[in-house]
Amino acid sequence: MLLVHHTFSKMALASVLSGDSADFSFDSSQSFAFGGGPGPSGLGLEGTPGDSLSFSVKNPLCVGDDDGVERKIEFLHGTTTLAFKFQHGVIVAVDSRATAGSYIASQTVKKVIEINPYLLGTMAGGAADCSFWERLLARQCRIYELRNKERISVAAASKLLANMVYQYKGMGLSMGTMVCGWDKRGPGLYYVDSEGNRVCGDLFAVGSGSMYAYGVMDSGVRHDLTVEEACELGRRAIYQATYRDAYSGGQVNLYHVHSEGWTRISQDDVLVLHHQYKDQA
Amino acid sequence: MFQHFGDPGKMKDYHYTGPVEHKFSPYAFNGGTVLAVAGEDFAIVASDTRLSEGYSIHSRDSPKCYKLTDTTVLGCSGFHGDCLTLTKIIDARLKMYKHSNNKTMTSGAIAAMLSTILYSRRFFPYYVYNIIGGLDEEGKGAVYSFDPVGSYQRDTYKAGGSASAMLQPLLDNQIGFKNMEGVEHVPLTKDKAVQLVKDVFISAAERDVYTGDALRICVITKEGINEETIPLRKD
Repeated sequence: MLLVHHTFSKMALASVLSGDSADFSFDSSQSFAFGGGPGPSGLGLEGTPGDSLSFSVKNPLCVGDDDGVERKIEFLHGTTTLAFKFQHGVIVAVDSRATAGSYIASQTVKKVIEINPYLLGTMAGGAADCSFWERLLARQCRIYELRNKERISVAAASKLLANMVYQYKGMGLSMGTMVCGWDKRGPGLYYVDSEGNRVCGDLFAVGSGSMYAYGVMDSGVRHDLTVEEACELGRRAIYQATYRDAYSGGQVNLYHVHSEGWTRISQDDVLVLHHQYKDQA
Repeated sequence: MFQHFGDPGKMKDYHYTGPVEHKFSPYAFNGGTVLAVAGEDFAIVASDTRLSEGYSIHSRDSPKCYKLTDTTVLGCSGFHGDCLTLTKIIDARLKMYKHSNNKTMTSGAIAAMLSTILYSRRFFPYYVYNIIGGLDEEGKGAVYSFDPVGSYQRDTYKAGGSASAMLQPLLDNQIGFKNMEGVEHVPLTKDKAVQLVKDVFISAAERDVYTGDALRICVITKEGINEETIPLRKD
């Protein structure tokens, strides 16, 4: 039964990827034998479902070697992202570090994915998983627009994403994303992850540094903030998270979603912010 | 003299009779380092040419740079079997694109395509660390670096492969001027970049066992791709 399910899922992924391309997928029974298929439940994420995602995913794919050293194939992980609603829309703030194990693979990753001019998606967890599925979401949103002659709502967009990844539940996808936008119901903010969670809320922080960001955000957030104050709050929250979380760092990228769409507010290097806040105190 | 076969602690037989667990891994680690640097109007992709496995060297002349188009070179290191298959697949897809769209794929398009090719094997990945170097549509240098399952971004410089953790900080300092204060940010010229790449690989060969033998440098400019091979430590 497991093999059939895996074959079906692999075919689903393959059908999504084939377009005018030839089918280069291998015989799926081969990959199942090597742990590529669904393993014991909770293969992907540590922690209980719905828990905040510490994103230290146990990698089932290990490379045995002649010299006895087990080299894991490292994917990119680790992050802090946050978003909160207030009277003037939604503030989205993210860090820009990508780690592969303990190696910092990049300090300049773009973790906010611009789905369309009025929808943003954030990236936490597996970098490839987030960017692939959100890019697919952008395609689905565009198809919706063409079919229905109107923009897709944030609720619908987040539901599309949640349903897409739910088919791969248990197979090791690692994705914790926030879909943020402004539609006819006003500002919208949904949290969607690869465990199957999809919740609407007023503020979220996702990633290994989320706990630190929550502390700063919760103490400062109010509905009646000005745009300036809200931006500064988001920036400070990410900065504090990068200060304490080893897996977050690089730059703070800040976006503001308002009724006309989203605007990129700023990109600040965390080292520069450190000196700035030190001088302020 | 007679031997005490059953004597504990004296003579032990070396038969192990019982179930033995064999482990087959579909992957192998063949080593190698790849590097790419983007300049104002040029790009450089360089790799060593050593192919190893465990304690052995399979070949001293196995470069890891693959020419994709006149303006794009792909460097891939990791598991050599997957590198070969991946480059075959990319070549086929390039041809298909050329036939359908009557134009050559641009560097950015190849990067996006490689991302989806890698992700299609999300649950049994290509064990390859890819770096694409080339010229973008405006003629400026572009470097795209990937993880094994297809996450990618555009960079100015990137090192990948076995000595990447050693080389990347050196590049951060020399090209990115990181961790230096009060230094003028001079843009990188082609000759300086080539010299830097040579120096950096010589350092890598000193300290990484999987890097050495020779260095293959591909310099991409609008005139075309110029290849150069220089020797490295063979030990």
